[in-house]
Amino acid sequence: MITSEKTTKPAAWKGFKGGHWQEEINIRDFIQNNFTQYNGDESFLAGPTAATKTLNDKVLALKKEERAAGGVLDADTKVVSTITSHGPGYIQKDLEKIVGLQTDKPLKRAFMPFGGIRMADDALKAYGYTPDKENDKIFNEYRKTHNQGVFDVYTPDMRKARHYKIITGLPDAYARGRIIPDLPRVAVYGIDRLMEDKANDFAHIGDGELTDDVIRLREEVQDQYRALDDMKKMAASYGYDISKPATTAQEAVQWMYFAYLAAIKTQNGAAMSVGRIDTTMDIYIQRDLENGVIDESQAQEIIDQFVMKLRLVRFIRTEDYNSLFSGDPIWATLSMCGLGLDGQHHVTKTAFRILKTLDNMGAAPEPNITILWSERLPEDFKRYATEVSIDSSTIQYENDDLMRVQWGTDYYGIACCVSAQPIADGIQYFGARANLAKAILYAINGGRDEIAGDQVGPAYEPISSEYIDYDEFMKKFDKQMDWLADTYVNSLNAIHYMHDKYYYEAAELALKNTDLDRTFATGISGLSHAADSISAIKYGHVKVIRDERGIAVDFKADNDYPRYGNNDDRVDDIAKWLVKELYSKMNTHHLYRGAKLSTSVLTITSNVVYGKNTGTTPNGRQKGEPFSPGANPAYGAEKSGALASLLSTAKLPYRYATDGISNTFGVTPNTLGHDLESRKDTLVNMLDGYMKNDGMHLNINVFNKETLIDAQKHPEEYPTLTVRVSGYCVYFADLTKEQQDDVISRTFFESM
Amino acid sequence: MDNKQVSTTQAAAKEPLIGYVHSIETFGSVDGPGIRYVAFLQGCHMRCQYCHNPDTWKLNVGDQMTADEILEDAVKYRAFWGKTGGITVSGGESLVQIDFILDLFEKAKAMNISTCLDTSGQPFTREQPFFDKFERLMKVTDISLVDIKHIDSAKHKQLTQYGNENILDMIQYMAQHHDDMWIRHVLVPQRTDYDEDLKKLGDYIAKIPNDVVQKVEVLPYHTLGVKKYHEMKIKYRLEGIESPTQDRVANAEKLLHTADYNGYKTWMPLPKL
Repeated sequence: MITSEKTTKPAAWKGFKGGHWQEEINIRDFIQNNFTQYNGDESFLAGPTAATKTLNDKVLALKKEERAAGGVLDADTKVVSTITSHGPGYIQKDLEKIVGLQTDKPLKRAFMPFGGIRMADDALKAYGYTPDKENDKIFNEYRKTHNQGVFDVYTPDMRKARHYKIITGLPDAYARGRIIPDLPRVAVYGIDRLMEDKANDFAHIGDGELTDDVIRLREEVQDQYRALDDMKKMAASYGYDISKPATTAQEAVQWMYFAYLAAIKTQNGAAMSVGRIDTTMDIYIQRDLENGVIDESQAQEIIDQFVMKLRLVRFIRTEDYNSLFSGDPIWATLSMCGLGLDGQHHVTKTAFRILKTLDNMGAAPEPNITILWSERLPEDFKRYATEVSIDSSTIQYENDDLMRVQWGTDYYGIACCVSAQPIADGIQYFGARANLAKAILYAINGGRDEIAGDQVGPAYEPISSEYIDYDEFMKKFDKQMDWLADTYVNSLNAIHYMHDKYYYEAAELALKNTDLDRTFATGISGLSHAADSISAIKYGHVKVIRDERGIAVDFKADNDYPRYGNNDDRVDDIAKWLVKELYSKMNTHHLYRGAKLSTSVLTITSNVVYGKNTGTTPNGRQKGEPFSPGANPAYGAEKSGALASLLSTAKLPYRYATDGISNTFGVTPNTLGHDLESRKDTLVNMLDGYMKNDGMHLNINVFNKETLIDAQKHPEEYPTLTVRVSGYCVYFADLTKEQQDDVISRTFFESM
Repeated sequence: MDNKQVSTTQAAAKEPLIGYVHSIETFGSVDGPGIRYVAFLQGCHMRCQYCHNPDTWKLNVGDQMTADEILEDAVKYRAFWGKTGGITVSGGESLVQIDFILDLFEKAKAMNISTCLDTSGQPFTREQPFFDKFERLMKVTDISLVDIKHIDSAKHKQLTQYGNENILDMIQYMAQHHDDMWIRHVLVPQRTDYDEDLKKLGDYIAKIPNDVVQKVEVLPYHTLGVKKYHEMKIKYRLEGIESPTQDRVANAEKLLHTADYNGYKTWMPLPKL
């Protein structure tokens, strides 16, 4: 390997203001020195070019074919996907300003067996493809996968918790995802400089003392170095040399996209997020505009076509997986705006251009556009963003003021839906979620599963009285939570150990610092039902109805009791306590690689499946009924209007749930106001108010219930109708019938 | 007198006014400027044929709340109000409980909270003791939402059981005192949707002096309230009448010149002298 030495400044940096970023890899510093704030409105924006329109029509036609083909248009069965496994692929080569596909054809899905060969095969079979015998042999006999590694070490308790679905969605058979590569590094420095830097790190790891952790890190950095080299080869196959810094805006966006492509060619993570590249893109666009290299229409064309590529990203999934996360989400989350640590907002013209793609190419669920919101963002931008929300329901908003402080940096991005991550030196180990509503039932039933009747949790004596005594319940609940925290955290320890060993994210981690801060993500599902159930037991005098197995299958509350979602501290405090308590119990455990514990209150669309596998809860939610999504209150619990509901959610403590607290807000246009200007005002004020109260995240859906009911009946008439579900965005037509019903039945705030 | 007696006497003298509240909406965004905390008060004398809240008609029932209790709850939502939002009292007919509103609004203004009165004006009179209270109320009201149910008094009576003379008089009083307002008109086919009436109403609004009208809204009649009538076993008098068509709404907006009233776009609550 080469050792690092100071080189002369590349010509590609001409016109940029210097700083630390020239001596060391430091994108934050590059941005800080070079970005241009924009305080105006959207009137400068350009429509799509003819080339963009032609390409977009082709993409829409392909998507239509894909849906008609039952969800998958084409799939590779032979070629194992790596950075260099496929030759170049195009939509229509001569029109594409930004090139690169996951495989050699648009929407053709890659074969990705490293997470688990059985899962990869099952996914193929689900869509009528026959798995390749040779690959089966390789990955069953010669090359162990992540999945096999995990199941080799799982304890009986872990298998049970998984089987009975008190812990669900664990990344033990697919990639954990959620690692945000620092994509701008490739554009600003070029690959050669990054390789030099990694070589330098490698030379200094361990000081000659080869302990386990040193050996592991040395091997990882070697893998990273190799991945960088492969990125150059892959780019070369498309005719680009990315060894050197980008010289134009088109190159800068192309370089970043190649780096992202390397990530999605090697990892089929649940969330493959893009990070925060809006300001870097803008710096290059601004320089080209000033030098007359491009005009606004060409600037928009670059952004449109980059976004178009993100809309084409696909992974092939099993039916089980799709029932958890419907509509082919990949969480190509694009975080933007926010404030700098110096208090200056980071809204650029490119933030407007990214929003404009929804108008130029129609609404689409990916990329998952995430606005890092602060009251101090410029008014014209806030109003434009809310207008896009009203038109397309495709944006999520997250509290920059909260996250900037929590994470201590302004250069962070959102992984997946709500999980902040410092981009230069932070990674997250994704860890699915535990079902707290079920844990309540385990406490009542002495650890027996309320559906199967089998002993799953620890066999403490069940509650046997006719009415549940609050104190007795809390003692028993404490024991079940101990067991759940223990089983959950240790399952994740096993998973992340094996993931690093068998499915290491070399391409993404090559674009981050070698020394990393790690967070150990966990999650909670069924929070509202758990909180309301405890409130019912405490205030409602709850009678238990048991079946012939002696298991509690129904509950009757004699008295009314406070419910989460009404800004009532009596029950909101219970919800807060649940988050803190589970966190504290999990935090007593050893966490893999010195990671710091985080948790989330987020379910995505899995609230439907979690609910399906959970019996009737003391708050009156019937067996099999969906949970409310994320941190939303239970259906029908909200009696005091939308803001009371928002304030209940805003009370959940972010400093414990640093992995994010998701709230999905549905509202009819007329409830927001009688004209567009009033509607924008209302949304801006609502977002400002929610975030000032420490609310963390808000999905905003603006449409009438009738529209959704009609779209369910006539999907062909609503091909681009998108809805935001807990943390992401999805074509309504791509949801299962059950999930569509769930979205329709969810609370819509309406005024009469 | 011992101390105990003193405190009892004082308490009796300052016994807080009680309001009868039908319900609270924390997220009112069509009840005046900005996002507003809306207290729907109980009680109304009118019996509008299209009323969608017959459950608010009855007097002296509902949740009993003091002004302090309402404000204590309302300020929790202050961060959502921005520069123009605040609290609104609606009904029922809010002016039925004028003593209570006066107390509420005086206290709200003392806390620098913007106040909005939603009324159809039926209780208005220049007779005492009402008129004094009303004059005081206007001094602590930032803006009013005034419903004109019908411009023709006889038809107003048919529609609501009351004539409209005192309502129009209230509007004139407000205008003369530079009290800002939105005018609202519910468009009901076969009842309030005749061109000659709408023209007359449009002309009337245009002549309201002192540019106090910040916004004019046509509210299309809807049938969402019918269910309540069935539940309460009251005869619904508009059975079979549908919501007006988009065309008729646009026609009404044209005749009422709604596009001419744009003050609401830049309206801000100002401290009253």
